[in-house]
Amino acid sequence: MKKRDYYLTAISLILLIGFIFYADNNMDAYMVRILNLCAIYTILGLSMNLINGFTGLFSLGHAGFMSVGAYVTAILTLSVNAKVQNFFLKPIAAPLSNVVWPFFPALLLGGALTALVGFLIGAPALRLKGDYLAIATLGFAEIIRVIFTNTQTITNGALGLKGIPAYTNLWWSFGIAIFTIVTMILLINSSYGRAFKAIREDEIAAESMGIDLFKHKVLSFTIGAFFAGIGGGLLGNLLGTIDPLMFRFTLTFNILLIIVLGGIGSITGTVISAFVVTIAQEALRFLDQSINLGFVVIPGVAGMRMVVFSILLMLVVLFYRHGLMGTNEFSWDKFLNVISMKKPLLKGGRK
Amino acid sequence: MIKMTLDMFLQHLTNGISLGSLYALIAIGYTMVYGILRLINFAHGDIFMMATYFTFFGVLFGGKWYVVFPITIILTALLGMLVEISAYRNLRDAPKISILISAIGASFLIENLAIVIFGGRPKAFPTIPLFTSVVHIRNISIQRLTFIIPVVTVILLLSLLYLINKTKTGMAMRAVSKDHETARLMGINVDRTISITFGIGSALAAVGGIMWGLKFPQIQPLMGVMPGLKCFIAAVIGGIGSISGAVIGGFILGIGEIMLIALLPSLTGYRDAFAFILLIAILLLKPTGIMGEKISEKV
Repeated sequence: MKKRDYYLTAISLILLIGFIFYADNNMDAYMVRILNLCAIYTILGLSMNLINGFTGLFSLGHAGFMSVGAYVTAILTLSVNAKVQNFFLKPIAAPLSNVVWPFFPALLLGGALTALVGFLIGAPALRLKGDYLAIATLGFAEIIRVIFTNTQTITNGALGLKGIPAYTNLWWSFGIAIFTIVTMILLINSSYGRAFKAIREDEIAAESMGIDLFKHKVLSFTIGAFFAGIGGGLLGNLLGTIDPLMFRFTLTFNILLIIVLGGIGSITGTVISAFVVTIAQEALRFLDQSINLGFVVIPGVAGMRMVVFSILLMLVVLFYRHGLMGTNEFSWDKFLNVISMKKPLLKGGRK
Repeated sequence: MIKMTLDMFLQHLTNGISLGSLYALIAIGYTMVYGILRLINFAHGDIFMMATYFTFFGVLFGGKWYVVFPITIILTALLGMLVEISAYRNLRDAPKISILISAIGASFLIENLAIVIFGGRPKAFPTIPLFTSVVHIRNISIQRLTFIIPVVTVILLLSLLYLINKTKTGMAMRAVSKDHETARLMGINVDRTISITFGIGSALAAVGGIMWGLKFPQIQPLMGVMPGLKCFIAAVIGGIGSISGAVIGGFILGIGEIMLIALLPSLTGYRDAFAFILLIAILLLKPTGIMGEKISEKV
């Protein structure tokens, strides 16, 4: 990295912090919430991209991982009073009823437990390949959801949890998002990251180069699960209520949409597309409401947004398979070239 | 453990067999498509859902069942072909992950279109007395449907096996499932054969959907998701790519599910997890399923 790039990175970080400071103080709650969601979806997209994009393991278990993180964080941060109010059918199991942790340790524990779950799921499931792996991880996510629906004394079952303290703010979500981005960049460019990509390109070739397939797959899966759990925890404490129905396959679909649009295997693409998709989801809300064209009123239909998003996903996969960024990444060189409209040097440095 | 009389056991068994037959009908569609394209057709469960809506509206507009059912089957088969042409045909040579994502996209598109067009609220499926009336044998009271479903399944299975093993179309399907390129060189129209496969699979899903609607008379746009996943699991258990395997898997799943609830009522909440646990167990013990062939990997 050049000296110039350090300065540029530092300046943009300061600008970002300034923006968060401005947004935190001046923007209305709705905007802040959308920004929070953008950051959380960035974390979730990156964690899924690590598993699906960089290691080439097509896993559809993300909603399950998120639910573990969300529930652990929520249960640990709920106040004693809120727990009594929530668990009116059956009281909460004994040691949990009086436990109230601060946000950060609860979030960390949520992530760690999700990583553990990821490890326990990954160890058997990662012996499978391709669409078998996809369906098995989807199955595990469903099993987690069914378990959470039935453990009345721990998760409050189908009723879900309400009144989760709203600890998630812009500083937490963007801070953790930046931490995730940096971790991913470091990880991808380490020897582990190169092993992940080798496995993605060709398992047999990777194995014959001496890469321990199983170890690296489980590692990627566990790290992905950790960040998914953190993302889930942030989401739970942002929304204030969670229930098992929230963590259906639709949630995994949203994250899949983000990584496909951004480019499977690109950190930059995921970050951009997390923001675009999240903002678009809010901006396209008008599709669900009735539209008044002056002379004719089109009645609103709930679900129109999801139709648009499914068509979008299919169009991208069918005609523009590499998504926004393909497997390319952001670099200051390219960025400055684009800004200054300078043509990149041809082969051999010719202009 | 509760004590179970013979009558009760028979009642549960017949229920299990009829549920298993339904699973088998839908599982055949998965296994045929997987056999020919090596693809999980995620939209299959939603095609099944659409069949119930076609029947619903057919009967709503005053059609008699013997008119509505064939029309439903034809429409559903066409829908299956349409999904294949629009979502999968362009991606024949694409990486597997793209095809899988396209399949998921197609599934979501059908679900959400159904929500937009039909509304998200559940609708009551029409009852047709010929099928849904209850008969009493000894102390057991059973819907006629419970007997009709397995019979229909067996008839359809036998005709399908005949089609695949004895006719030219069936031979073309078997050839395409072995190797697209070679089949094309032998003068087989690969795209048309794949379309026919989707059509037949979807038609079977339509039959399954009609009978599912009669048995569980409440339909809504997301009703295809769970049966779809379970039937895929049934296909995997039986050995994906094998039609008789799909039927065996369907029965194992259907009977197992009903018996689990009957024997251990406290686990009723975990009913939907049962299929997935079975799937994971079978994938770890014998990934090719009961009837599946071992595939060795070429380098």
